[in-house]
Amino acid sequence: MRQLLLAAVVAFTLPIVTQAQMRLDVSGVGATQYPIAVADFASDGRAPQQIADVVRSDLARSGSFRVIDPGITLAESSTPDYAALRSSGADTVLAGSVSRLPDGRYDIRYHLSDVVRQGSLGGESLIVSESDLRYGGHRVADWVFERITGEKGIFSTRIAFVSKQGARYRLNVADWDGENIVSPLTSPEPIISPSWSPDGTRIAYVSFESRKPVVYVHTLATGQRRAVANFKGSNSAPAWSPDGRTLAVALTRDGLSQIYLIDADGSGSPRRLTSSPGIDTEPSFAPDGRSLFFTSDRGGSPQIYRMPLDGGPATRVTFGSSYNVSPRVSPDGRLLAYVTRNEGRFLVVVRDLASGQETILSETGNEESPSFSPNSRWVMFATQTGGHDSLVAVTIDGRVRQRLTSAAGDIREPTWGPFPQ
Amino acid sequence: MKSTIRLALVALATAVLAACGTGVKLDEPTQDAAPIESRDAAAQGAGALAGGADGRGIQQVEIERKDPLDDPASPLAKRSIYFDFDSFVVRDEFRPTVDAHARYLLSNPTRRVVIEGNTDERGSREYNLALGQKRAEAVRRAMSALGVPDSQMEAVSFGEERPRATGTDEASYAENRRADLVYP
Repeated sequence: MRQLLLAAVVAFTLPIVTQAQMRLDVSGVGATQYPIAVADFASDGRAPQQIADVVRSDLARSGSFRVIDPGITLAESSTPDYAALRSSGADTVLAGSVSRLPDGRYDIRYHLSDVVRQGSLGGESLIVSESDLRYGGHRVADWVFERITGEKGIFSTRIAFVSKQGARYRLNVADWDGENIVSPLTSPEPIISPSWSPDGTRIAYVSFESRKPVVYVHTLATGQRRAVANFKGSNSAPAWSPDGRTLAVALTRDGLSQIYLIDADGSGSPRRLTSSPGIDTEPSFAPDGRSLFFTSDRGGSPQIYRMPLDGGPATRVTFGSSYNVSPRVSPDGRLLAYVTRNEGRFLVVVRDLASGQETILSETGNEESPSFSPNSRWVMFATQTGGHDSLVAVTIDGRVRQRLTSAAGDIREPTWGPFPQ
Repeated sequence: MKSTIRLALVALATAVLAACGTGVKLDEPTQDAAPIESRDAAAQGAGALAGGADGRGIQQVEIERKDPLDDPASPLAKRSIYFDFDSFVVRDEFRPTVDAHARYLLSNPTRRVVIEGNTDERGSREYNLALGQKRAEAVRRAMSALGVPDSQMEAVSFGEERPRATGTDEASYAENRRADLVYP
């Protein structure tokens, strides 16, 4: 009730309609769990955000850490009580401080220590504005994650997705953990297939605002949007080339859906890539920019194919099921995620392209739209349970699962943004 | 009627006709003929002027040309063509609808139709968008074969995005496997 009242008050006082918070639930643990103690950061009491809270949440939700809160405040310059920390089970300890600078920004300093060897594992500092304090916490968590696991963290990344509430559709951008939701676009007509540009500054999507599907490129900082594919018939399935200058799209201007390349700024004319008697759609670039995966029913049923971009025939990639769609290549080029239909259930699968080994990541059988995290360790996809759409992110080994739900409506069509530039 | 009266009426009618033709004032040759009111025509046409001062006003009625698209009894009122599961063939039962709309477009060359394809919600959104397009395209091709020029038609798709039925049962799915003819 109180939340409803708060939401009502907010709606009247702010020009932008705020959405209900999203909820993030985690289940499962990784194959390896690093025990780490994260102390409260020392502060002059003026920082509105406890950095250590963000770091603890991020590391715990990754499934790769067992996070211990030692219940103490520890500045990066202090020497930890190694004995006490050792008995708490921690292998490492993170300490830090946050202080407000004269210009109103915040100076975050942090330091990681090895509890066993009682030595320094390094530390850094960064300066953020007040509104970016959470982001600062995410950057600290990324640093810790990479320092200990050797892999880049995704805690500072953002996701985009579509929400539907009644008759209103929104393209939303949020932090990876569902916080700080902003809606670059609100529309009375459907929005589908959002796709983040490699540099994180633009999102391409399909909008039905003119009562037919048209591909737009939307610049986030300015809100400027441009219809880059609005040909006769339907225009959809935008996919960015790795250099961010080209989009592969599905156009029906010549009859059935085929794949074309267009300039990302909408200039020039489309170059046709496929010529099949069936439906070709859902293009996805390999990260080396040399080949394209796509969905085609040229063989009689929808399957995934791969074609070289410098000419040459397409080869079929999926077999077995009579319905394999929605290919997405991981940023490191090693994995292919896609959706397969098995006995009427639609499941997300991840395949190791070198070995061919496959892992089913799905749960309910109502899954669609897989999207890799920029470190290639997670796949986020849309799922439907109890008549409502929500998002799930699963590690590629299937062990850790995060579910994002919104009380405000159905959320679907996720696209995971790049590492911050 | 007495033969004399009949004769008188004929004479009178002749006289009226003659008088109309020459502009000569009308004379009534017999007193016992039923009086013919020259105001009858006015009285018949204007129920509203029953109370008029001299009852000689004339109400005008203009019949608007009706757009057959607005006629609920016309075959053009049927705007949806349904498809079987996994099928993109226009069934025979919808041929008359396709024919009627094709004929309308041929007779009205300034009119444009948008054919909107739809699918049920199972499977990939983008693949469904393409399937919906395939349905719209099948209808477009059927009309093109009847002579409708490309400039008067556009086939687009909504895929699974604008379902008419929101259930997950077969009846709902069947309702959504459909192409709609929309006149913008």
